[in-house]
Amino acid sequence: MKDVVVTGLGATTPLGGDVASTWDAMLAGKSGVRALTQDWAAQLPVRIAAELAVEPVEQVGRIQARRLDRVEQIALLAMREAWADAGSPEVDKERLAVVVGTGIGGAVTLLNQDDILEASGPRRVSPHTVPMLMPNGAAAWIGLELGAKAGVHAPSSACATGAEAIYWALDIIRSGRADIVVAGGAEAVVHGLPIAGFASMRAMSTRNDDPERASRPWDKTRDGFVLGEGAGIIVLESAEHARSRGAKVYTRLAGAAMTSDGYDIVQPHPEGEGGVRAIQHALRDADIAPTDVMHVNCHATATPTGDIAEIKMVHRVLGDHAVLTSTKSMTGHLLGAAGAVESIATILALRHGVVPPTINLDEPDEGVDLDIAAHKSREVTIPAALNNSFGFGGHNAALVFAQA
Amino acid sequence: MTREEITAGLAEILEEVAGVSPDDVAEDKSFTDDLDVDSLSMVEVVVAAEEKFGVKIPDNEVQNLKLVGDAVTYIVSANATV
Repeated sequence: MKDVVVTGLGATTPLGGDVASTWDAMLAGKSGVRALTQDWAAQLPVRIAAELAVEPVEQVGRIQARRLDRVEQIALLAMREAWADAGSPEVDKERLAVVVGTGIGGAVTLLNQDDILEASGPRRVSPHTVPMLMPNGAAAWIGLELGAKAGVHAPSSACATGAEAIYWALDIIRSGRADIVVAGGAEAVVHGLPIAGFASMRAMSTRNDDPERASRPWDKTRDGFVLGEGAGIIVLESAEHARSRGAKVYTRLAGAAMTSDGYDIVQPHPEGEGGVRAIQHALRDADIAPTDVMHVNCHATATPTGDIAEIKMVHRVLGDHAVLTSTKSMTGHLLGAAGAVESIATILALRHGVVPPTINLDEPDEGVDLDIAAHKSREVTIPAALNNSFGFGGHNAALVFAQA
Repeated sequence: MTREEITAGLAEILEEVAGVSPDDVAEDKSFTDDLDVDSLSMVEVVVAAEEKFGVKIPDNEVQNLKLVGDAVTYIVSANATV
């Protein structure tokens, strides 16, 4: 089977406009969560979010910004960084694929254009509306800019989307359908309607008066997730192709797996049964022993049930030796981008031998019996690392990265 | 309204919608070939021109508007029949 390696990283997040600034902020334990001061937020039960550290419009330019939903803008920006980081590889375009998903797509365009329809009539609705709101838009624009011809895909599995994209990228390269796959996820729905929807589910933190301390995975006083926006893109490449062009290699993507719960549309299985199977399958796929997995970048969103279920599943499969973290304590929950941005954090942790902290974990809840890098980053030698993602709908994704 | 004034008005729209430099806009320029206005942006240009010049430009007319000058001529004649 072909070995697959990571040769490029790109991101724009609430912590920074690129990978380097995001990673530095993570290691420093900074929170990207702020109070929402916009007029539309005033009536909401949740008035905090992790908005992008750097506004994308200036980078993509005014004209392109008229044609691209924010989620497409940030996916493109993250792709450009990742592609440049990979050395802008010379590749046969028929051997270049794209797998980039979003959990919600161009919902803000949909809502804005509906306002225009109501106020001014159908003729004023932008002709760019459909390509801006379609959930494959981010993938399609990336494919267009790179000229990718081996296939452009846009998986969607809610908060597992970014990880699912990477899972499919691995499959595409292993099966010989492409030499390079640009993979990841993006999300940009900091808007009243999605926030109201998530808040109605009682899924979100309402710690409005203390934004930086609102995202508290595993903490006894956690009260839900904080919505964030961002994009993460990684360049995956067959080891053979990377070697032939002398590319810098971050890590291997050693294995991946996805399972489904068949249990509930939004609730995680209380014992994390589907997640357990995903992690087990991913380790088997990677041919890596549980004892070699010294770090887990967990999904842990700071909801009461999900955080505990994940502890149980990690404990059951790996035992208690790995150092865990939830970078969502700093970035908020990036939904469809989470698995991609967190994969980047996992890759860098592995590469640099340091686990970024879980901030705000003042008092671990009952049942949180694993080693978590609370408050401060921790140096750990990491032969292999796991990144978990779970999505509404019962999607479970596990990715295993290992030293190249 | 003179042809020059209409051309200048179209140039403003083209700059706003498609980022075309006003210096590039002249009657003998093709929207698609010279000014790189794609089909979706052309729809935006037409809707904005209707509003700016107070005319109706039916969809079946848009395909005949290859050059900036074609649009100017159409707007002049549509204005004359108002």
